[in-house]
Amino acid sequence: MVNAFILAAEESPSPVLPHMAEVILGLVAFLLLLFVISKFVTPRFEKLYADRTAKIEGGIEKAEQAQQEAEAALKQYNAQLAEARAESARIRDDARAEAEQIKEELRAQAQEESARIVAQGQAQLEAQRAQIVAELRADLGRHAVELASRVVGESLEDEARRRGTVDRFLAELDSVSAPAKS
Amino acid sequence: MGRLVLAEGDVFSPPGVKDFFLPPIFGDVTKPMVLLVLSVIIVSAFFLITSRNLKIVPGRWQFAAESVYDFGRNNIARDQIGSKEFKPFVPLILSLFTFILVNNLFGVIPIFQFPTMARISFPLALAILVVYPVYHFVGIKKFGLGGYLKNQLFPPGVPTPVYVLLTPIELFLKFFMDPITLAIRVFAAMFAGHLILLVFTLGGEFLLLHAAAPLKPVSLVAWAFAIAMTFLEAFIQILQAYIFALLTASFIGRALAEDH
Repeated sequence: MVNAFILAAEESPSPVLPHMAEVILGLVAFLLLLFVISKFVTPRFEKLYADRTAKIEGGIEKAEQAQQEAEAALKQYNAQLAEARAESARIRDDARAEAEQIKEELRAQAQEESARIVAQGQAQLEAQRAQIVAELRADLGRHAVELASRVVGESLEDEARRRGTVDRFLAELDSVSAPAKS
Repeated sequence: MGRLVLAEGDVFSPPGVKDFFLPPIFGDVTKPMVLLVLSVIIVSAFFLITSRNLKIVPGRWQFAAESVYDFGRNNIARDQIGSKEFKPFVPLILSLFTFILVNNLFGVIPIFQFPTMARISFPLALAILVVYPVYHFVGIKKFGLGGYLKNQLFPPGVPTPVYVLLTPIELFLKFFMDPITLAIRVFAAMFAGHLILLVFTLGGEFLLLHAAAPLKPVSLVAWAFAIAMTFLEAFIQILQAYIFALLTASFIGRALAEDH
């Protein structure tokens, strides 16, 4: 068995001596593979990596931009909200002031009206009184004429009494006309 | 002792070097050559098809291709060469990694069942004709011949007398041993791994066919080991492809480094 092994080893060539045909084939085959890989495969993968990096960076940039936009919008909304609040407060104040003014105006108007009504009543009363005095005065004249005619037409007896009557009459007349004059 | 096992009197000839010299399939073309060409087609097709329509959000196939590409690009090339200068070397590192990976994995895939890199010609071609010129070339291109040699042979921060010892060692390592060990590492691992699988498989077969009846079930143990070793081999094959690409990137990074 040992002999057989030795024999077998002696028969076959050394495994560590290169074979020229194989060396050339190995070199050519490898260079072919190297050519294919460096010409087609590597550029494609490198391009893919570049694209991927660009895409990721683009995505991050886009997200940042979106965030900035959102912040700006939020700020704007807050500003608008504050503005609206101020506006509503202002409108409320205005309305309150206006209501106050309207109330004041109405009160003034009412007072004026009442004053006007009072004045009108007084004027009316004055007029009626004047009218009454005028009528009385006319009546008095007529009565005086009638009294005078009656006095003249009758006998002049008891002259003193008649004189007294006339005096009384005139005095009465005075007391009636005096307030009308004043 | 052998006689006890071999009841029929047959002689078990263990697998050896001769199993790595397969008869040509036609003309001078042998199985490793066919596998090698096949590996180029497989890797090219895989990357060309999956990268035909790359999308920002990857699909299942694109994800698979991207994982492999990422591994070669970021984990090997960028880590070893540095993020500033690694870009031009991505195709080389990726090609080396996938090419050796597929050729190694042929060793455990049924029907193929031969790790192409167990033929020393192929790793030698890669290490001496591709990797070796590349890393010296980029170093010389960057620093000029004198600058590059000074960088590589006279690492700074060493007391002057030490150079007497250090410079010949650096010269021997960087201009002679590195490419050869690079090739031999993957070759030896593939060679030994394939041999182990052959031993367990053929041994099991021999036990089943020629051993005495009570010993025949032992062949099952041999095959169980063959299966276990297959998993181990798959791991080693991936690891060796990774190491080859990693060391290549490391040599390039070393050649491009400002100081040692």
